[in-house]
Amino acid sequence: MDLIISTVSQGLLWALLAIGVYLTFRVLDIADLTVEGSFPLGAATAATLLTSGASPFVAIAAACIAGMLSGVVTGLLTTKLKIPALLAGILTMIALYSVNLRIMGKANLPLLSTDTIFTVLPLGLDKGMTVLVVGLLIVLIVAVLNYWFFGTELGAAIRATGDNPHMIRANGINTDIMIVLGLLLSNGLVAISGALVAQSNGFADVGMGVGTIVIGLASVIIGEVLFGTRSFKNCLISVILGSIVYRAVIAVVLQLGMPPNDLKLFTAILVAIALSMPLIQAKWNNLKRGMR
Amino acid sequence: MLDIKDISKTFHPGTITEKLALSHVSLHLAPGDFVTVIGGNGAGKSTLMNVIAGTYPVDEGTISIKGTDITKWSEPRRAKFIGRVFQDPMMGTAANMMIEENLAIAKRRGKTPTLRWSSSEKDRREYRELLANLKLGLEDRLESKAGLLSGGQRQALTLLMATLAKPKLLLLDEHTAALDPKTAEKVLALTEEVIEKQKLTTLMITHNMRDALRLGNRLIMMYGGKILFDISGEEKKRLQIKDLLEMFEKAAGSELASDSLLLS
Ligand SMILES: Nc1ncnc2c1ncn2[C@@H]1O[C@H](COP(=O)(O)OP(=O)(O)OP(=O)(O)O)[C@@H](O)[C@H]1O
Ligand SMILES: [Mg+2]
Repeated sequence: MDLIISTVSQGLLWALLAIGVYLTFRVLDIADLTVEGSFPLGAATAATLLTSGASPFVAIAAACIAGMLSGVVTGLLTTKLKIPALLAGILTMIALYSVNLRIMGKANLPLLSTDTIFTVLPLGLDKGMTVLVVGLLIVLIVAVLNYWFFGTELGAAIRATGDNPHMIRANGINTDIMIVLGLLLSNGLVAISGALVAQSNGFADVGMGVGTIVIGLASVIIGEVLFGTRSFKNCLISVILGSIVYRAVIAVVLQLGMPPNDLKLFTAILVAIALSMPLIQAKWNNLKRGMR
Repeated sequence: MLDIKDISKTFHPGTITEKLALSHVSLHLAPGDFVTVIGGNGAGKSTLMNVIAGTYPVDEGTISIKGTDITKWSEPRRAKFIGRVFQDPMMGTAANMMIEENLAIAKRRGKTPTLRWSSSEKDRREYRELLANLKLGLEDRLESKAGLLSGGQRQALTLLMATLAKPKLLLLDEHTAALDPKTAEKVLALTEEVIEKQKLTTLMITHNMRDALRLGNRLIMMYGGKILFDISGEEKKRLQIKDLLEMFEKAAGSELASDSLLLS
């Protein structure tokens, strides 16, 4: 039971990362590696503020703003300086490694004796249940806000930018601004995710961003395959559930005795297979047709 | 309405692939002019349209719409004045968004997007009515993704989008070329209808000489980045395909001759 609760809670805390990756990878059609830096950036910002006595709400808000700024940096690198988006993300990610070390002053910052978002709310629940309830609440708020925002004129313009830049430019929208805005929102969410994960784990670590892009992609793809992509609302729900299923898969393979050190290899293979599914499917169909 | 003065455009200047696509083109369109544009492959027709729309800048010359000099304006900024339908049916709509969302974007063409929810029930009623006019059965499919439509349906939708917020200038670049003949005819009929109804100033590129002669009040032929001739009014009404071919041979032939003279 505890394992299920903690699996779902982790899935929820990481779901914000998954939504962030969904916004860039699917909505904007950009593989944005900034997340590998903005996730620990959120953790570092929140942890540093918490240890200096700030309220968890302030810490999370600051993490979000820091993440947004990192998204803007990548956005400007790619739109104004015309650096390919993938490379722009890598540059920001690398730069953030130093920034994060500077923020924390060291590579690892424990949060053992400080208040966190999971201790300040008077919920009267045990630790595991608190993380679950708080995680659920935050994910719900973020999902509803996203659903609302991407249904507005501005949100629709961002979605159309990733879908068909010709069309949206012909309709008077500056695609550069939309790309920067999309990266801002995405990395803001990713940084909140980092801030929450750090508070639930009890520490922020400069290396905690490694592989987050792949975890995000795995959640997005698992969600899409299992829960559909009919509409934006459907996609949002799919991605959140995908994040939970991903955590469940990880929990199962660990239970089955896979060494934790192999997790990243496992996730990478999972994502590689999932991403090549369309090609494999097409080849398979061709093969079947050829045999007939 | 549209005033083009002495514009030129060279692609990849200073390289071996250098290509003069527009050479000192001037063109004036009066309000309500419906101009058909013909010319062989590579004549510069699409380039003319693209520089008007701002897809890329001109090297020299000026472009004004209704007295406003837009030469230095970006493509999105010019969209306030210009509605476009592309040759490729995929280009004009966002495939993964609902028909309704595409229309909502088009309805606010050229305006800064706000945080208002993109379509209201009133908007939807309007969209349904407009889609019903197309007679393609789209009025009940507001929530379908645009990508699920056929090429003809997408072009009809793009045409509707380009004219939903009345443009000062409508640009059509072979917008029926990718469609089968029957669908092309239908989309062309819709085009005529909306231009007539809204009295739109229009530039329409076509490869179909008969359409070029039948439609519009004015016809221009392009060749080698220049406007070879520009015929309007009664003269255009009397024009036949064979006249066009004759005029082309005469004009282009003499130009070819002078080109080769320059080279020798
Ligand atoms: N983006 C571009 N980059 C480089 N060269 C270009 C570009 N667009 C057009 N050209 C070149 O400019 C010339 C004019 O092309 P344009 O597309 O305007 O011709 P067109 O009259 O529309 O022909 P078609 O009937 O084939 O569509 C051609 O030689 C073409 O190769
Ligand atoms: Mg062309």
